[in-house]
Amino acid sequence: MIEIRNLVKNFPGRKVIDGISAEIREGELFSVIGPSGTGKSTFIKCLIRLLRPDSGEILVDGQDIAAAKNEFVLAKIRRNFGYLFQEGALFDSLTVLENVSFGLKYLTDTPKSDYPRIVKEKLALVGLKDVEHLKPAELSVGMKKRVSLARSIAPSPKYMLYDEPTTGLDPVTTGMVKDLITDMRAKLGITSIVVTHDLNLALEISSRVAMLTGGKFVEVGEPAKFRQSENPAVKEFMEISHLSRK
Amino acid sequence: MKYCVTEKIGHEFLNLAEALGGAALMIKSVAFWLVRAKFEAGEVAKQAVKIGVDSFTVTALTSFFTGMVLALQMGQSTKNLFNEPLYIGTMVAFSMLKELGPVLTSIVVAGRAGAVVTAEIGTMQVTEQIDALYTLGTNPTRYLLVPRYLAFLITLPLLTVFADFIGVFGGCIVGMVKLGIPSSVYFDDILTYLEIGDFMHGFLKTYVFAFMIATVSCYKGLNTRGGAEGVGKSTTEAVVVSMVLVMVLDYFISAALVAVGI
Repeated sequence: MIEIRNLVKNFPGRKVIDGISAEIREGELFSVIGPSGTGKSTFIKCLIRLLRPDSGEILVDGQDIAAAKNEFVLAKIRRNFGYLFQEGALFDSLTVLENVSFGLKYLTDTPKSDYPRIVKEKLALVGLKDVEHLKPAELSVGMKKRVSLARSIAPSPKYMLYDEPTTGLDPVTTGMVKDLITDMRAKLGITSIVVTHDLNLALEISSRVAMLTGGKFVEVGEPAKFRQSENPAVKEFMEISHLSRK
Repeated sequence: MKYCVTEKIGHEFLNLAEALGGAALMIKSVAFWLVRAKFEAGEVAKQAVKIGVDSFTVTALTSFFTGMVLALQMGQSTKNLFNEPLYIGTMVAFSMLKELGPVLTSIVVAGRAGAVVTAEIGTMQVTEQIDALYTLGTNPTRYLLVPRYLAFLITLPLLTVFADFIGVFGGCIVGMVKLGIPSSVYFDDILTYLEIGDFMHGFLKTYVFAFMIATVSCYKGLNTRGGAEGVGKSTTEAVVVSMVLVMVLDYFISAALVAVGI
């Protein structure tokens, strides 16, 4: 379980996260929505300490990642996480095989001889085959996202973080990524946190949705309850997203 | 108006202090991982090829023609003064080994390999590949910086030795063809007057230059912001800063080495 207590993150002259508290339960798919620039990516980056929070606690199975000072303690907590970056963030100089096996090399004790088999399995899980020898530059945007997802799940993380997983994708690939996220949770039992401005996606796949605006979660609830919210920010975002409250 | 100027100067000083502090922390982190991390010979070799081997042709051409022009100018000057070209081998070798070999090689490496390193790390920074390294259990200093530092420290001194020889050889060709000096006289001259200390004077400098170029290139790369435009800006800054620092450091290291008798 991840417990977030009074999380605060500021950038010079700007308060981005202003005292967020939340609990993300085992096995759930928790989505954070909000318009661009509201601090969703900042929030998710704080969870894995790619950004250092100014104050507050982030307890990952009881260990406070926000307070971890030692590089090795931090790496040990991060080991529980997989992270799907907005643009994939595949390593340009490495092949798909090397990219997907990267986490196996540095996060696990898996023998090198097992890498090709595991990589093949993970690629199959995201619907790809025979791409191991390709470099990221030879892949389409959708394929990059899927390879990136395969790379994230290869070391078998307990928690999966998705940063704007459908941004810049066509409707077909968006549908594919949506299915992959739900599959990861269903097949691997991974607790997932998705930050997105795609309200439709969030309401369709999540067990709970939180609306981030003004640095706070102004509404948190199950999708059905969320649709009925009377919060003005939620209502406005629903209208902008052309979604019915039913 | 006066306030704006002083504010600007203050801002520049703050930026400089921040950059120096950041670079010092980066060097500390490199030293930490150099000791703690498993030595990745494959990655160091890959970087050594990219930084050293790929810079060899440009370095060789630069030093060859520098040696040639040195011999030509000195030959003409001594001819005008003494009616014959004197001590050409010695003067070319002294100039190449003590100053021009290390300085020109460092400038070529800063312009070529330093730019590659900054652009590569900068691109990784703006495309979140550096963040991806953290999430995959790898410290970027360990994975990116340590191999590049080692590659610079291994290849720059070696390139300088090659540059020294090639420059002296270039001078020999001009000596023989344009000035009519037999090669035996040219090399006898060098062996008579040149000492190992003269070679070491230039050779030792290259380690300082290599360390400085690696630091500037990596630091600028890691601090790249703002997409493709930011990568271009960082790369240009890294090359300019490295080249200027080569010149500045050259004087101070030379002065220090002269003071200790090398």
